[in-house]
Amino acid sequence: MATMLTPEEKEANALHPDLLLVERVKAGDLSAFEQLMRQYDRQIFRIALHITQNREDAEDIVQDTFFKAFQKVNQFQGNSKFYTWLVRIAVNESLMRLRKRRSQKTVSMDDEIQTEEGSIPRDFADWMPNPEQNYNQAELADILRKTIKGLPPGFRTVFALRDIDGLSTEETAQALGLSVPAVKSRLLRARLQLRERLSRYFRVPTGEHAS
Amino acid sequence: MNCTEFLANLTDYFDAKTAATLRVELERHMGGCSHCHVTVDTTRQTIEVYRNNELFELPESIRTQLHQAVLKKCANLKRKKAHTA
Repeated sequence: MATMLTPEEKEANALHPDLLLVERVKAGDLSAFEQLMRQYDRQIFRIALHITQNREDAEDIVQDTFFKAFQKVNQFQGNSKFYTWLVRIAVNESLMRLRKRRSQKTVSMDDEIQTEEGSIPRDFADWMPNPEQNYNQAELADILRKTIKGLPPGFRTVFALRDIDGLSTEETAQALGLSVPAVKSRLLRARLQLRERLSRYFRVPTGEHAS
Repeated sequence: MNCTEFLANLTDYFDAKTAATLRVELERHMGGCSHCHVTVDTTRQTIEVYRNNELFELPESIRTQLHQAVLKKCANLKRKKAHTA
C-alpha cells in the first residue's frame, strides 16, 4: 500500500542525489547503476540475510533485486526514496525465497505474529554494566545472530529496517506495504522479545547487583 | 499512568516522537516503576548492541562477483531492447 507523501517529503526527495543517478539509469547509463549498487548492496544483503537467514539466498537476492530494479527502473516515479523502493523489491524477493525453502508454505509479513508472546515484558532483571564486554567479538556476534533468528520473519524484518538500517517508521511502512501503526506495534514487540532473549546472556547474575 | 499505558507509548518514546506533556508523564511513571525503568533501559541497550555490531559482512570479492553478474545481465537486456527498438 503506497503512502501519500507530504509536500516536505516530496521536496526532500526531489533534492536526493539518487534521483540524478536514477535518471541516468533510465537513459541507459550502466555506470550510474553500478554506483547505486555500490551504495546499497551491503544493506540489501543484510536485509535479505535477516529475512532468509541463509547466506547463499541473500547473495542471490542481491543479484535479483538489482536486476529487477534495472528492469523496472522506468516504473520508479520518485514518490518514495529510491532506496525504499529497492528495499521493497528485496523484501518481496526474500519472502519468495523463504517460501521456496519452506516447500511452498505461504510466508508473509504476517507469519507467526498473531501470538501475544513477547508483547508483555516478563524479565525485569537489570543487565550487567556494558554486558557485551563479557564476550569476545565472535561470541557476541553469535549471540546476536542466534537471538534475532528466533524472531518471526515479520518482526525481525521490521527491527532490521527500522533499528539496524535506520529507516524511519514511515519508510519502513512504505517498504513493507504496512500501515504506520502496524510497523510501530511490530517494532515494539520485536524490541521487547529481543530484550527478553538477550537478558539470558546479559543479566546481572543472581546474588549480584549492577553498579 | 499504568504499565500497559506506558508500554503502548514506548515506541514513540524511543523515537522521541511523544509530545512534551506525555513525555513528562512517561518519565514520571518510569521514576516510580522499577520494572518499566529496567524495561526501557535494557530495550535501549538491545537496540544499541544490534546497531553497533555488524552481523552480516559482504566480502569484497563476493561484492565484485555480484556486481559483474548483475551488470552483465543488464547489458544483455539493454542490447536486446536496442535490437527490438
